[in-house]
Amino acid sequence: MATVTLTIDNVKLEVEQGTSILDAAKQIGINIPTLCYMKEINAIGACRICVVEVQGARALQAACVTPVTEGMVVKTNSAAVRASRKMTLELIQSNHPQECNTCLRNNNCELQALSEAMRLTEIRFVRPAQSHSKDDIDNSSPSIVRDPRKCILCRRCVAVCEKVQGVKCISAVNRGFETIVAPPFDQGLNDVNCAMCGQCSLVCPTGAITEVDDTGKVWRALDDPSKHVLVQTAPAVRVAIAEEFGMEPGTVSTGKLVAALRRLGFDSVMDTDFTADLTIIEEGNEFIKRVTEGGVLPMITSCSPGWIKYIEMYYPDLLAHLSTCKSPQQMFGALAKTFYAEKKAIDPASIYSVSIMPCTAKKFEAQRDELTDSGYQDVDVVLTTRELARMLREIGIDWESLPDEDYDAPMGLSTGAAVIFGATGGVMEAAVRTVYEVITKEAMPDINLTPVRGMEGIKEATLKVGDLEVKVAVAHTLGNARKLLDKIRAGEADYHFIEIMCCPGGCIGGGGQPIPTNLDIRLKRIAGTYKADEDLPIRKSHENPAITAIYEEFLGQPLGEKSHKLLHTHYVPRGVYRKPEGLPDKVPSGDHH
Amino acid sequence: MGAECKCNCDQEKKLDALFAQYKGNSNGLIVVMAAIQEVHGYLPKDFLVKTAEELGVPLSDVYGVATFYAAFSLRPRGRHCVNLCLGTACYVKGAPDVQTILEQEMGIKAGNTTEDRRFSLDLVRCLGACGIAPVLTVNGEVYPRMTAEKVNEILAKYE
Amino acid sequence: MNFAELELLRATAKESIKLRLGEEPSDNFKYHVLVCGGTGCLSIGCQNTLDAFQKAVDSHGLQDSVKVVVTGCMGTCEMGPVITVFPEGYYYCRVQPEDAEEIVSSHLKNGKFVERLCYHAADGSVQARKSDMTFFKKQKRNALRNCGLISQTSLEEYIAMDGYKALAKVLQGMSPQQVVDEVKKSGLRGRGGAGFPTGVKWQFVLDQQADQKYIVCNGDEGDPGAFMDRSVLEDDPYSVIEAMTIGGYAVGASKGFAYIRLEYPRAIDHYNKALCRAREVGLLGNNILGTDFSFDIEIRVGAGAFVCGEETALLASIEGRRGEPRPRPPFPAVSGLFAKPTVINNVESWANICPIIINGGDWYASMGTEKSKGTKVFTLAGKITNTGLVEIPLGLTLREMVEDIGGGVPDGKAFKAAQTGGPSGGCIPAAYLDTPIDYENLAALGSIVGSGGMIIVDEGTCMVDLAKFYLGFTQDESCGKCTPCRIGTKRMLEILERITKGLGKEGDLELLVELANSIKASALCGLGQTAPNPILSTLRYFKDEFEAHIKDKNCPAGVCKMPRKGLKS
Repeated sequence: MATVTLTIDNVKLEVEQGTSILDAAKQIGINIPTLCYMKEINAIGACRICVVEVQGARALQAACVTPVTEGMVVKTNSAAVRASRKMTLELIQSNHPQECNTCLRNNNCELQALSEAMRLTEIRFVRPAQSHSKDDIDNSSPSIVRDPRKCILCRRCVAVCEKVQGVKCISAVNRGFETIVAPPFDQGLNDVNCAMCGQCSLVCPTGAITEVDDTGKVWRALDDPSKHVLVQTAPAVRVAIAEEFGMEPGTVSTGKLVAALRRLGFDSVMDTDFTADLTIIEEGNEFIKRVTEGGVLPMITSCSPGWIKYIEMYYPDLLAHLSTCKSPQQMFGALAKTFYAEKKAIDPASIYSVSIMPCTAKKFEAQRDELTDSGYQDVDVVLTTRELARMLREIGIDWESLPDEDYDAPMGLSTGAAVIFGATGGVMEAAVRTVYEVITKEAMPDINLTPVRGMEGIKEATLKVGDLEVKVAVAHTLGNARKLLDKIRAGEADYHFIEIMCCPGGCIGGGGQPIPTNLDIRLKRIAGTYKADEDLPIRKSHENPAITAIYEEFLGQPLGEKSHKLLHTHYVPRGVYRKPEGLPDKVPSGDHH
Repeated sequence: MGAECKCNCDQEKKLDALFAQYKGNSNGLIVVMAAIQEVHGYLPKDFLVKTAEELGVPLSDVYGVATFYAAFSLRPRGRHCVNLCLGTACYVKGAPDVQTILEQEMGIKAGNTTEDRRFSLDLVRCLGACGIAPVLTVNGEVYPRMTAEKVNEILAKYE
Repeated sequence: MNFAELELLRATAKESIKLRLGEEPSDNFKYHVLVCGGTGCLSIGCQNTLDAFQKAVDSHGLQDSVKVVVTGCMGTCEMGPVITVFPEGYYYCRVQPEDAEEIVSSHLKNGKFVERLCYHAADGSVQARKSDMTFFKKQKRNALRNCGLISQTSLEEYIAMDGYKALAKVLQGMSPQQVVDEVKKSGLRGRGGAGFPTGVKWQFVLDQQADQKYIVCNGDEGDPGAFMDRSVLEDDPYSVIEAMTIGGYAVGASKGFAYIRLEYPRAIDHYNKALCRAREVGLLGNNILGTDFSFDIEIRVGAGAFVCGEETALLASIEGRRGEPRPRPPFPAVSGLFAKPTVINNVESWANICPIIINGGDWYASMGTEKSKGTKVFTLAGKITNTGLVEIPLGLTLREMVEDIGGGVPDGKAFKAAQTGGPSGGCIPAAYLDTPIDYENLAALGSIVGSGGMIIVDEGTCMVDLAKFYLGFTQDESCGKCTPCRIGTKRMLEILERITKGLGKEGDLELLVELANSIKASALCGLGQTAPNPILSTLRYFKDEFEAHIKDKNCPAGVCKMPRKGLKS
């Protein structure tokens, strides 16, 4: 590999050709500050915070986009550099509301941290004009809030929406001082082709894009003695929530999570993992039915609500490929106000069903019109991991000293197969563990389906299940999903079963997870997920006794009448910018309700 | 420029031809948008949606381009386009005074269209006619050596 | 068309314009009457003058001996409509339709020129012929060589003036490297503003291995007060087309784009007509002049964004995107249009290429100064007697430019400053009038040659207000991508607006300078990096005017509306 030698801050070093000054400086222990830069996703040199002095260059150079050259002499901390960075910061702050204390991102804001690090003490401009006002705040979406006043135009959100998700429902609009990142035609995010995945909120350095804060609703329910407030927790929350309290990413803290929720006052703390196991039974049987009876193949998973909205918009013609299974959150919601209410003899009208999710799109999913099979809105409110942490901080939870506690019955028991729903490939692996044994009636020799694990964008595996060669594929991010869908559309996909997750890394990298969420942190959360799987006594969904029990007591058969009503759903062809022509109002079109 | 849509079928055909030429090709975005602007006098939303679909460009990008370039308008324009040059030569020779009177007479600020859609008033950057500064154009017709006094007489020519 | 046919056409065409070149014509024409049809003259009614002329010629029965030709801009826009009468080159100014009869009967019929319509210098002396006029005497026209001399879209007249001689020479015996070497030798520097050596740029692209390369002509001339590119495109479009074709041959590109700003509809029209004609006769398209070299050009019309004059923004615009500059490297020579190696030169740079190929790089380099070779077109405007287009050998002094060519400041007012380089440039006060104009000298004075805009201001101009004008321009035209330009220019403008309203306060100038220097050092592209120049240079020479505004609440030039003294706001 070719290398170049250069000098940074009087230190001579040798780095690979093509390295940026930013990365080269890291090698000598200098973290040049950045705002708009995001490794491999956004290198546009726009914010000008990372400028450095390069000998012989007329102007300062942006370290994030300037490659090193042989003999280059760089100063990262000269007076000119420091003065310029500070002025740039002062300029950004001069067009940024000075309301850090009341901002959702207070104490977790890159702009704030940088201002503190650079000792920005004063904004010297007299009544500086503000490019945007409170009127520009976009509250239309159930998932995401945009506050253009706080936008510093780093465009990381645009980059992630475009390059990772392949959606780009937001873009730079207007010119000059009036420039803003926004959906087209002054529309709100709810009115455009947003999948609600919230990846933009993960990468936003400030509070310009945040999750919708629903903690107030939950507090009101908890404070209402007439309500029976129950809560479910998604698989990916348990490997991430501890980060909010300063713990290492990937720390598995299922027991502490349960304890913390009890401290908040929930009447019942149960687990989405239970309905993840249930999903495997239903979806596994649906798959077997499609294979044996000639249904639409490949069948595609349907747990990820961002993914569902995406296919409804971009590939409405392929909706029949989706499993009709509801997501675990919505199965849980439907059962909470039927099975659980019945079992506990509680009036379902008094049940307030909360879910804790790694996901902003789940907020959208919960309020979909059709997800009311219990006779009520199945899930009343969704909190992201970040919002839950906010509530816990409010009551002064000391995370480290929390005891480990167990979930409540009857929807609290789950298996390792359910835990791994949180990582890309996990649903597929869990399904295979069950499908294999249901079909072959034999124990699977090795239940670890390693080819579908990890951060590679599209993963494939072929396995022999009895006489059948089952070909499966797994994709995460909508950008990768698109590649598989194009293959299906072109008739070139010979898979039987496909798992698609909306977010990079799967739900552990969801848009509602702690900030920061980056590749390194995603990998740690994935590692935590598989560790949790291994540590559990039962690792196959069909071996979960609580699942056996619910079929015996309530549901009857997998794909049976009750399952059909409560656990399965239909999808809505939406189109990207307008309703597509020549498609039914819903898929499958045959009504099951 | 600036004329109202006359629903010219030939022009519609020209648009369709452009849509076909640039199908799936984002490079044609500005070319197609310029043609829409020429045919309709502005960029109707439906056409921008169609542009996004035909060229395979996200609608947000189409809108981003529409709001970046001064030539594009998202609202219908006036029947007569009045452009006042605010290049340096025109500026130092008194264009700001002409602007004041134009805005007064039309009752709008530059960059807008009168309520009756009679006039759109825009400030433009150097038309390259510095020799005859300050310069005003109405529907492309050039009025050299403008003064505030000439404004009324010129506007009266356009109904 | 092949080489032989080209030369045959040249021979015929040349006969018909010999009279204009001072040679003995073989046809029956005794006079060529050239009517300036440049945009300046057009807008003050040269069409009426032309009609009257044609009529007068006909009524005197002179149609067989007098040829009336509409040409492009002759350069003296202030004096339009302008007419030149060859063979002598008598130069008539402000010719109204009613003057036609007199010129025809007196001059064309009786050989007596009409003195009252000739150019009168400030001292009252008459400079009747072009060759007598100080306006022309100190000029050397390369890029503008055909402007005002030939019919704007006539391929024949272009060919008669050595058109396509350069391309023929290149295709008949020069290797791409030889072409690049000639351009390098000429010392030609980018005429759009940055001044980067054109030949070096070409060499970069020639050295790239790529399946496709592109040639781009930057015709997004946007600096207020600069219109030389428009003149070249309107008046001599073939010179740009031929040069781009040569460029394509030199670097191995088969496709070119001419990006012309929307505000120049005539330039677009003329250039397009010329493209069609060139294609029709085989001077563009496949197998040019019968060789195996193929090249074609597409026009792209700018949609109204000053920043698209910046090369990476222009390329983004051709690609159908927002015209936002991107960081370099990679430079367009390595990764340009559609990520392919791309030569991008400004119109005026292209217009210099053919003479360089025909006469050799050394010839071009013999003009100008040590580091600034050749000639440069300036647009002289503002408070100056002779407004217009001027092409001078670099090294001419500012005084020669203002006093000899420009005829001085009118109305007995005093010269205050020359603003050069538009919104990226600065001002040069009277103390430096004897500075030879070249890239280095103007830079040393805190200004730039830039695209060649030169606005003269007199004592009635407020320098603070002028600085505010330029800043308002760049602020308005900022693309909004990088912080320093997007917010910084806005904050500078706010400070200047306060100062010019009498609301300036102590510390404003210090903050202004700090901000200006920071923007200059840290902005992403040339637009942002040079945006503070008008402020910095005005502060350098006219700081007292700023201080008068801030401390005394007084605008010395009487331009800014200050709160009346003695009144408390």
